Amino acid sequence: MKKILIVDDEPNIVMSLEYTFKKKNFEVFIARDGSEAIDIAESSIPDVILLDIMMPNVDGYETLKKIKESTNLKHTKIVFLTAKNKATDIEKGLQLGADKYLTKPFSVKKLVLEINELLDKN
Amino acid sequence: MNNYVLIFIIVAYLAFLFLIAFWAEKNSKSKWVNNPYIYVLSLAVYCSAWTYYGSVGIASQSGISFLTIYLGPVMSLPLWILVMRKVIRISKQHKISSIADFISLRYGNNRFLGALVAIICVFAIVPYISLQLKAISETFEIITDDTSYVSTSALDDSTFYISVLLAVFIAFFGTQATDASQRRKGIMTAVAVESVLKLAFFLIVGIYITFYLFDGTTDIYQQASTLENFKKITSFNGLESGFNWLFTILLSFFAIFLLPRQFHVSVVENERERYLKKAIWLFPLYLLLFNVFVIFIAWAGNLTLVDNTVNHDYYTLLLPLYHDNLVLAILVFLGGFSAVISMVVVSTLALSTMVSNNLIIPYGFLDKFIKGNPEKNANYIKNIRRISIFTLIIVAYFFYVNFSYELSLFSIGLIAFAIIAQLAPSFFIGLFWNRGSAKGAVIGMVTGILVVIYTLILPFVVNVLTGSNTLVDEGLLGIKMLKPYELFGISFLSPEAHAFFWSILLNTFGYLTFSLSSKGNYRERNYAEMFVNSNNYANLQEGAFVWKGEAYVSDIRNVLNRFLGEERTERALNIFNVKYGVSKREEMADARLINFSEKLLTGSIGSASARILIGSVAKEEPVSLLEVLKILEESKETITINKALKEKSEELTELTEQLKTANSELLIQDRLKDEFLDTIAHELKTPITSIKAASEVLTEEDDMPKELKDRFLDNIVTDSDRLARLVHNIMDLEKLSNGRQELVVQINEINETIQKAISGIEHIAQTKGVEVIHQRGLSIYVSYDEDRMLQVLTNLLSNALKFIAPTTGNILIIAKEKQDIVEIAIEDNGKGIPKEDMNYIFDKFYQSKHQNIKKPIGSGLGLAISKKIIEGHQGKIWIDKKYKKGARFVFTIPK
Repeated sequence: MKKILIVDDEPNIVMSLEYTFKKKNFEVFIARDGSEAIDIAESSIPDVILLDIMMPNVDGYETLKKIKESTNLKHTKIVFLTAKNKATDIEKGLQLGADKYLTKPFSVKKLVLEINELLDKN
Repeated sequence: MNNYVLIFIIVAYLAFLFLIAFWAEKNSKSKWVNNPYIYVLSLAVYCSAWTYYGSVGIASQSGISFLTIYLGPVMSLPLWILVMRKVIRISKQHKISSIADFISLRYGNNRFLGALVAIICVFAIVPYISLQLKAISETFEIITDDTSYVSTSALDDSTFYISVLLAVFIAFFGTQATDASQRRKGIMTAVAVESVLKLAFFLIVGIYITFYLFDGTTDIYQQASTLENFKKITSFNGLESGFNWLFTILLSFFAIFLLPRQFHVSVVENERERYLKKAIWLFPLYLLLFNVFVIFIAWAGNLTLVDNTVNHDYYTLLLPLYHDNLVLAILVFLGGFSAVISMVVVSTLALSTMVSNNLIIPYGFLDKFIKGNPEKNANYIKNIRRISIFTLIIVAYFFYVNFSYELSLFSIGLIAFAIIAQLAPSFFIGLFWNRGSAKGAVIGMVTGILVVIYTLILPFVVNVLTGSNTLVDEGLLGIKMLKPYELFGISFLSPEAHAFFWSILLNTFGYLTFSLSSKGNYRERNYAEMFVNSNNYANLQEGAFVWKGEAYVSDIRNVLNRFLGEERTERALNIFNVKYGVSKREEMADARLINFSEKLLTGSIGSASARILIGSVAKEEPVSLLEVLKILEESKETITINKALKEKSEELTELTEQLKTANSELLIQDRLKDEFLDTIAHELKTPITSIKAASEVLTEEDDMPKELKDRFLDNIVTDSDRLARLVHNIMDLEKLSNGRQELVVQINEINETIQKAISGIEHIAQTKGVEVIHQRGLSIYVSYDEDRMLQVLTNLLSNALKFIAPTTGNILIIAKEKQDIVEIAIEDNGKGIPKEDMNYIFDKFYQSKHQNIKKPIGSGLGLAISKKIIEGHQGKIWIDKKYKKGARFVFTIPK
């Protein structure tokens, strides 16, 4: 079973994502901000992390940097899922090493396809 | 008295004057040399031997008419501020060195006119100088009592040697500089000293005669009244004599401006314009003092020297001699000698400048100058002037020897005045009337001179040559109307007044008529405009000069080199470049350089020659009159425009500064606006994302349990509400920011409103188990929009509720009256506001330094809106930074 970590501070969005990925047979972990996300990721070693950028305390970019430093998480795919859709934001996200950069609002169906495609590559 | 002793005294006196002149040249910066008194005293060169001796002669025979010669100048002096200041200003600007140059320049550097004026001046003044020499010779003879001795040749005539000595003096001190417009301080100082001496000696002898020889003025009057001609010489003979007076006064009125020596001392040698103010009262005082004793000396002479053979002119000298007072007689002699030599020196100097600059150089020497080198040219110019000086003096001497036995000082003087007066129309009218033209000036002058010759000089010459008086008695060809002294039957005027009347009438008529009928060329009109409106152009004479054409700076430099030498030329051109901001590398000359160069040369060679020389290297194009007038008009405007431009430019600089500040503010605003839009977009996207995701999930899953389905539907509803609220807030903020939202202000009681706000959130507070305390004091009535005030209070209370801990948290709200404001504070015991956010928390555009960190109060629109509302009430809102227990928001509204 694939493991997914959803990092977002909006409970309503998290609820929809959690329901959808559970339906698709993912083991779902949830974090409400960056620092929580790193802890959970270290302990659960997910296959993919869905990462928001605008969050309280530690933002998505910082979180990504920390994850990249961790040897345990070097096979983990990182997907940004954020409302920030300016070209500079996207460029920054990909430069930092994200595997995908998806923008809100998103289509649930498409999101699942994208994630599966990313995981099937390996 | 032994004539060698007298010669010794004369030589010693001349040596004394040489020393003074020499000292003044050496100390030309000294305040003894540069002061208004030297200027005023030098004006007294007007008082020549004619004044010194001649006045007494006239007074003894024809009474007080001698005064007319001094009344003219005295009456003219108030006009000096108007006329003389203008003349001085123009002359300085154009480096004018003589009246010939002045008139020639006024009529467009007219070479012929300059020469004509020079000739007229020589014609008038040389006989006048010779009369002065005659006075020396005659007084010399009287003192040495040597009447038996008649000199047979010039070589044993002491007057000849004195003349030569004077010529040396003038040549030495008068031609130090090539530039004739430069001041000769040595000569002027010597002249001033002579003016003091001649007045002092005359007063001494006057006092001696009146109070020593006689018993005061009353005594002389009483004794003189017994003489047979007393009535004649003290009364005023009706209207006819009145006209004589009028014309003679006018004659001397013109002379004080136009006599070459007067123009020289008052204009060319003027150091500062303000000296004129001293001259206006000091010079008349000088003339008054000089005339106090004239009438008494005359009467005393008539009483004492009854012998009819004596010359009445020399009473002043004869009276002390008659009483054997030789010392006093020598003082009188030296006073008269002073009067003579100052007149001769200044007149010759002025004439020699005219002869060289307006007669010799422009007619024949220019080609030579173009080939010569600067040193040679300077020497040439100086030598021309030196030769002129000697020639003038020698000619005057021979005129005296051969011609002047017949004439009195008074009549020769008046003839000179009458001739010089012919310059008056073109000089005075030309100064104030811009239509006056060169043609009019020439025709007027020539006509005037011909009239003077016919009515004054011809009869005299004919009489001397043929010994007959038929011309005077019967008229030309026997026509009575053409009697020289009674032209067209005017028989009541003295010959001089008669000549003056007709000549000046016809001269003025000719001048006006031909000026009106001829337009003159553009240069003439150009200078006419500059002279007439000299005040308007005071600061931009260069700008008022019109010139069109092509000239190379290098050619002009070459011409200047020849006269000024390389060093001075270089310096002058540097000044030019700096003054006008013209680049040194500029190859083509403009009107300003042409004008500047002409002026540089004018002092040395006269304005007409300067124009010709510069013209020889510049290809000048004709300019239409219309263009001249247009440019002049423009120059006048330029002053005003320049002023306005300067002000505008300062305003612009200020405006630019303001714009820069505004622009950078705008840039910041713009960036903040972008950030705000980003934040708003992000905030809007969050509920939309949630709604969209939930809706998709609901559509896909048909078999979802009802409980879960309800939770998703519930989420959709809350997020829709959130979205609606957000949109409402954005619109609200925009309305408040643009001032489109009008406040409904009414008098309310603030505690009532607070109570209403608390009841609005009471439910949430109770759920959270926290306390909201309202410390209620006295009622405070104040004007505000209650709905908006509720919005602010609710917002602040909700924020506080969000950040306080459940059960232990509490909120305190207090309203206080303070002078002219009401202050409301809301305190909580929550975690407080981070320091770095305190300054920006009310800012709708603000995003904290860590752009991607979400702020606790979402987009912060609530506080931004609250701030706008309070500001709409002219109040203030802030965070109390000193409050450490939690957050404390304070706001005020004015009562």
